[in-house]
Amino acid sequence: MLTAHWLYGLSGCLIMALGLRAVLLNDSLLQRIIALNVMGTGVFMILITIAYRGPDATPDPIPHALVLTGIVVAVSATALALTLIRRLTEEQDSD
Amino acid sequence: MIITNMLFIDILLVMSILSLAWATLTATDVRRSVIFFIAFGLLVTLAWARLQAPDVALAEAAIGAGLSGALLLTAVQLRPRGTLPSEALDNEKQNRSNRADLRSSAAIRWAVTLLCIVLAYILIWALLQALSSQTNDNLAQSVNANLANSGVSNPVTAVLLNFRAYDTLLELAVLLTAVLGIFALSEERAGYAPAGAVFNGLVSWLVPALILMAGYLLWVGAHAPGGAFQAGAILAAAGVILRLAGKPDIGLPVSSTSYLNIILVIGSGLFLLVGLTMLALGRPFLGYPEAMAGKLILFIETAAMISIAATLILAFIGGRPHNREDG
Amino acid sequence: MIDVITLILMTTGLIFFLCGSIGLLRLPDLYSRLHALTKADNLGLGLLLTGIALYQQDLLFALKLVLIWLAVLAASSASAYLIAQYARRQETGR
Repeated sequence: MLTAHWLYGLSGCLIMALGLRAVLLNDSLLQRIIALNVMGTGVFMILITIAYRGPDATPDPIPHALVLTGIVVAVSATALALTLIRRLTEEQDSD
Repeated sequence: MIITNMLFIDILLVMSILSLAWATLTATDVRRSVIFFIAFGLLVTLAWARLQAPDVALAEAAIGAGLSGALLLTAVQLRPRGTLPSEALDNEKQNRSNRADLRSSAAIRWAVTLLCIVLAYILIWALLQALSSQTNDNLAQSVNANLANSGVSNPVTAVLLNFRAYDTLLELAVLLTAVLGIFALSEERAGYAPAGAVFNGLVSWLVPALILMAGYLLWVGAHAPGGAFQAGAILAAAGVILRLAGKPDIGLPVSSTSYLNIILVIGSGLFLLVGLTMLALGRPFLGYPEAMAGKLILFIETAAMISIAATLILAFIGGRPHNREDG
Repeated sequence: MIDVITLILMTTGLIFFLCGSIGLLRLPDLYSRLHALTKADNLGLGLLLTGIALYQQDLLFALKLVLIWLAVLAASSASAYLIAQYARRQETGR
């Protein structure tokens, strides 16, 4: 079923691979957190592509619920990670 | 029909998304990465709209692009005072050479790139397998079959708050854990100067409109795209705007620790309470009776919205609020 | 007939957006860039939304689009003002 949504799935895989490379290789911690978020968005794209059922049919709601949960968890984990980074740089600067 | 081939739009959108992802990940200045990331989030919202996922699009626009972007912008701002971008780059280079040269050796970089190419191939192959053999629709069919008994008519809300309510309870617990971690690590950052006339004028009508919109999204989540998470994110956006305008009370009872704690806990707490009540009534944990399912879902969603909004606002201000003597 | 008017309106809107983006890339300093961006983009958005509203021919839908346009107008104007004010303060503070 090679319709247009396959294009989004393909880009999701590419974004996830690019994000993983950036998480492992980028320099500052902040850039790696951003790369982690980008990787997460790639995963969401793959999930929503699997849930797609055509332009008129109702899509599968379960991957949608998974992605919704994932978005909220990702932002809370990012918030905690950013606070950790801030605390870490404060500790590093003071010693 | 003016537009006959949406494939063209899909190709353009995917190319924009990929190039923005590339720009985000390879920008040398972190602030540039953050701006590109916000734009990336907005274009991904369009992708969700194209893939028939309006609930996810709402959540991505509010949380993924909006609140994540705000959090990252405040983190980027906290560079050491007085460093220009070039100085900061020199610091980074020094840090990089001081660390073990693992990440700057060309061999390691090539190995990681190869690993990611292999990963991409495996993912694409797995995705093609999943897309070409789509006969296993059992879960979706059982959701459709039981949708009438779930108390709501939006299938995503039904899955989130009825069929897989346990996952949502744990997700609210994750939010609570994150805010507890943030509280343990730091207190709130320095506030902003009181806003001038223009910003105050914007705030005076925007914040009530956002509160109204949050209430509407909460209510309409039962039968149209919407729900507690999107509503909580919009409320958090209202709180962030109040904070940026220099208002001391960011819409939360920051002067009283006990009220603040109640607001943070009320989401997962009420959810757990409802589940245990069902258990006490002889039903399975979180198994709502069909007659009350709609009302219970709205009740839980309201508490969840309040908790989500409070968590995200506190994450934005950076930690535990200071003691405010004069409120 | 409606199709032709819609096409003309949306194309004009897109031309305004293009002008705004070219202004963002080519103009010399911050203030002129802000000027080009907000003015051209708001007008372009207005024309685009008028075209869409005309195409749908539904009054409630058109009112929603007008609300969206007003919200974007207010938000972009306020943000442009704040950016310009901050840049001004940076210049005179130094």
